[in-house]
Amino acid sequence: MDNKPMNWLTRVVRPKIQAVFRMRDTGESLWDKCPACDQMIFQRDLIAALNVCPNCQHHLRLDPKTRMDSLFDGARYDWLDEPVVAADPLKFRDQKRYPERLREAKRSTGREEAMRAASGHIDNLLCVVGVQDFSFMGGSMGMAVGEMFIAAAEKARALSAPLIIFAASGGARMQEGMLSLMQMPRTTIAIQMLREAGLPYIVVLTDPTTGGVTASYAMLGDVHIAEPNALIGFAGQRVIMQTIREKLPEGFQRAETVRDKGMIDMVVHRKDIRQTLSRILRMLMNKPLLPHGERRNMNGAFTPIALAAPPRI
Amino acid sequence: MRTYLDFEKPVAELEDKIEELRQLAAKDASMTISDEVARLESKADSLLRQNYTRLTPWQKTQVARHPNRPHCLDYISQLVTDFTPLAGDRGFAEDKAIIGGLGRLNDRPIMLIGQEKGADTEGRVRHNFGMARPEGYRKAVRLMDLAEKFKLPVVTLIDTPGAYPGVGAEERGQAEAIARSTDRCLSLQTPLIAVIIGEGMSGGAIALAAGNRVIMLEHAIYSVISPEGCSSILWRSADKAKEAASAMKLTAQELLALGVIDTIIPEPIGGAHREPLQTIQQTGIVLEQALAELDGKSASEIITARREKFLAMGRQGLL
Repeated sequence: MDNKPMNWLTRVVRPKIQAVFRMRDTGESLWDKCPACDQMIFQRDLIAALNVCPNCQHHLRLDPKTRMDSLFDGARYDWLDEPVVAADPLKFRDQKRYPERLREAKRSTGREEAMRAASGHIDNLLCVVGVQDFSFMGGSMGMAVGEMFIAAAEKARALSAPLIIFAASGGARMQEGMLSLMQMPRTTIAIQMLREAGLPYIVVLTDPTTGGVTASYAMLGDVHIAEPNALIGFAGQRVIMQTIREKLPEGFQRAETVRDKGMIDMVVHRKDIRQTLSRILRMLMNKPLLPHGERRNMNGAFTPIALAAPPRI
Repeated sequence: MRTYLDFEKPVAELEDKIEELRQLAAKDASMTISDEVARLESKADSLLRQNYTRLTPWQKTQVARHPNRPHCLDYISQLVTDFTPLAGDRGFAEDKAIIGGLGRLNDRPIMLIGQEKGADTEGRVRHNFGMARPEGYRKAVRLMDLAEKFKLPVVTLIDTPGAYPGVGAEERGQAEAIARSTDRCLSLQTPLIAVIIGEGMSGGAIALAAGNRVIMLEHAIYSVISPEGCSSILWRSADKAKEAASAMKLTAQELLALGVIDTIIPEPIGGAHREPLQTIQQTGIVLEQALAELDGKSASEIITARREKFLAMGRQGLL
């Protein structure tokens, strides 16, 4: 379905219903159901809205490539090489062998690991961006994620560019045991080196960011941005409930609450994240204003010539 | 009353027998028990030796959590003179799960920061079973700032089932507090020596353990998550903790082989809880050696060496 408004004539044709039947007939999945509002969403609309439900604005998860495409000028950027790490340092086995789980994750996602990074321009400003991938073993942080993070920070330093990380993780990769916990200090060292080089490090916390990732690089940014309603916390909600034996408060560990508690700077709709990053980074990097017509105010609209209403903070 | 672990039951029976004999002999002066006692004692000793030289990871987990195992405050009282506790994060509260203060180790002034589980019910409640809240980690950061300002080395004693998973702790930024504490360990211009004396679980442990030297007691455990937690997540069942303990490689011996820790402090036969004083003294010797090795190093040498040590982890020897 396209975005043209429907008149009485197109209404008669009932394209929605036709499409549903088409989907059933051909087996193609043209529709997705919003997990928050249960509304059927036409897939093309969902993709155009960067996986945000047009009906209820629920932010669904976004894969690294689409994220990168949405951030960099002209969707042009260079991937950083994926680091080579020990495949199964502990020879770990639970119900399955770890290499088997890795193979399955690679097969189902078509990706090599749970973080990818790229360098490119955002509004003409050279940046390095790392995106964590929740669909790959819950975005869990093992050697590969840690090394990718360190490589991204090193690249940023080499380019004198800011580093932006989109976090999404259930926490540590248990199958790598202590080597996964060691990614907390290791990524912290990479951040310290950026700090010493005077380069900005911005974290965008997406749904969900929990465990050892929150307790290391996701909470050490110069600026913390979160997507609406993202789950952000350290301990899992089930563990907390078992500990306190009572119900959790409304909105607990959700982005807006976490902001109100002082842990993040702002909650930003996905469509506005690019320009928010650009605006902040240009100031932190002491770059001139974008040419007139490309400036946007904090609500995402082009800067009006008339006096703007004071922002509600 | 000694607490025996499940696998120590045969030892417990022998020791009960010895005790019984002694009580009988005390009543009846004509009884000669010394031969029998000596025989039983040597049997108990060899049984203990057998057990403790080949403890499984799950048995080590039990030993590391043993209620009679020496805790942070035991180490402080035996090793540290002039100990002067310092309290509070200057923002919200004093968290007694983390003990901190100035003191002297063999006359050398140090900053000591450690997790205390508590020795009895009242103590366990007061110290929250060694589970710190954000204030504990923020106090640790404050004390590291203080240590650095006056060029004092920092010694941390790690013994925690994990950071406290509570609503308030989350709301006050448990994750941020842990991240900042790890960050501070790694930027510290003076030496930091971390000793895992019991359990070092997850982020709650690494927040104080990113040191120039990371030392473990022979039967201590250090892990990304508790065996029980790992079992319930990966096996979706609570009763695979034994398997999880083996799979995760959480023993001192395995972590030394993986290059995650630097040194192991041997424990007496039967574990630290049998001979606490001996364990603590041995720890004091190893701590002194570690501190002496770093004497006279410049701030940048200390920071660089610590960073290189952590960055090298997992990069070599595992492929």
